[in-house]
Amino acid sequence: MTTLRMKNPAAARQPARFNWLKIAVFVLCLLPLARAAWTVLSGAAVNPVEFITRSTGTWTLSFLLITLTISPLRQISGWGWPLRLRRMLGLYAFFYGSLHLSTYVWLDQFFDWPGMLHDIVKRPFITVGFAAMLLMTPLAITSTQGWMRRLKRRWGQLHRLVYPIALLGVLHYWWLVKKDLTQPMLYASVLAVLLGWRVYRRLRRSS
Amino acid sequence: MLIKRPADIQPSEITPEGVYFNRRQFMLGSAGLLLSGETLAALAGKKSPLSVSDKPNSLKEISTYNNYYEFGTDKSEPAMYAGSLKTRPWNVVVDGEVGRPRSFGIEELLKQPLEERIYRLRCVEGWSMVIPWIGFPLASLLKQVAPNSRAKYVAFETLQRPAEMPGQRSRVLDWPYREGLRMDEAMHPLTLLAVGLYNDVLPNQNGAPIRLVVPWKYGFKSIKSIVRIHLQEQMPATSWNMANAHEYGFYSNVNPEVDHPRWSQASERRIGEFLKRKTLMFNGYGDQVASLYRGMDLRKNF
Repeated sequence: MTTLRMKNPAAARQPARFNWLKIAVFVLCLLPLARAAWTVLSGAAVNPVEFITRSTGTWTLSFLLITLTISPLRQISGWGWPLRLRRMLGLYAFFYGSLHLSTYVWLDQFFDWPGMLHDIVKRPFITVGFAAMLLMTPLAITSTQGWMRRLKRRWGQLHRLVYPIALLGVLHYWWLVKKDLTQPMLYASVLAVLLGWRVYRRLRRSS
Repeated sequence: MLIKRPADIQPSEITPEGVYFNRRQFMLGSAGLLLSGETLAALAGKKSPLSVSDKPNSLKEISTYNNYYEFGTDKSEPAMYAGSLKTRPWNVVVDGEVGRPRSFGIEELLKQPLEERIYRLRCVEGWSMVIPWIGFPLASLLKQVAPNSRAKYVAFETLQRPAEMPGQRSRVLDWPYREGLRMDEAMHPLTLLAVGLYNDVLPNQNGAPIRLVVPWKYGFKSIKSIVRIHLQEQMPATSWNMANAHEYGFYSNVNPEVDHPRWSQASERRIGEFLKRKTLMFNGYGDQVASLYRGMDLRKNF
């Protein structure tokens, strides 16, 4: 694991031939936003604030899980190229998370700071969602080459925060659902597989 | 039992809200249900003094944003799947602690003197709408079966027919959907059995062919597609209370001071509006219904 991470800075310096892939993925990742904007602007959403909140929330989780798929995919397939997309996918998780949080702060609560503080303290699903967002912030800030170089080994350690972030994110979804847990269970199962794979590899290595 | 009657002056007569109602009324005459062959035609109801003057939501909003778990847990699913529900023939059994238990055919129910009642609806999830229902007071139905002195509560049940209600194939709730009221709540003049909205029969996703509307309680109390009304001495079990008693009480009166564990109930988003508005105690029907709960601790009896 550690050896892989040590290679990150080098891997992030992409050869030019991979740029088309990055551009394609970059545009692809904007499609959920475009779709949400279209749904709201065309008036198709009866409750647009709820729709924006839900779609940005589920896409944050999806991007977190996609990001966590990169390492297993690389380990199983032996391909190197997925690693070159990981930072962008992680930043997209942060991007959709920021939209999700802004929707809550602006459209849902309309800058009612005492009200939001009350929510964070009193409602566990908001507490964990907020915590996940807080933890994602330093990862987004230190996603640059410069920070990778400066933090060295500790960069890898810091970015292992993605595991608790994903767990908190799934918990956030799980706790907010009124009754039908199908969707949160789906995210939880995928996360369980992704984390399970890591545990399995670690156990196999140490034995 | 003391029921506070509203003022005799009808607010709907003072405020000429919705010119379209007059036009439709004119076109339809004061006829009840017009049946042309097998097709269901429009419904008209007399304007009611119990209507609020808030601007009603559009039919599109009312009929495409629904919580009706029998057709799916997503709010868009009822509009997609409720078409499979057959609402004819339809009977509502009214029995239990009554002198004259019987079954009412839907045709007979549609012949009750119908009123248009524009009511606010507040969902426990923090959104609200204004809906022009067509219906008649539940009390007038209950009087026809002569409740006896042991009739303290009214239990309601929705149809259970998984072949036509795809949501019932999953165990997300314990089917059939159940709801209940205390007898005085059931007899209150605001408590309505709705058979239509916007001068037409109810869309299936809104609870066709007949549903309850209790405007001072959260929306889930207003049970849809009723097949059974049972008067009894004991407080009935209700679906959401059975699913999660901690979050959904028997009374479920709209109360901005008692939060749902996951949502503040202090404010709400009226569908179609950008900013939230403050939630009113008893959804703004306090003058009419607060007396029903005098002496009760509404934090305990939520």
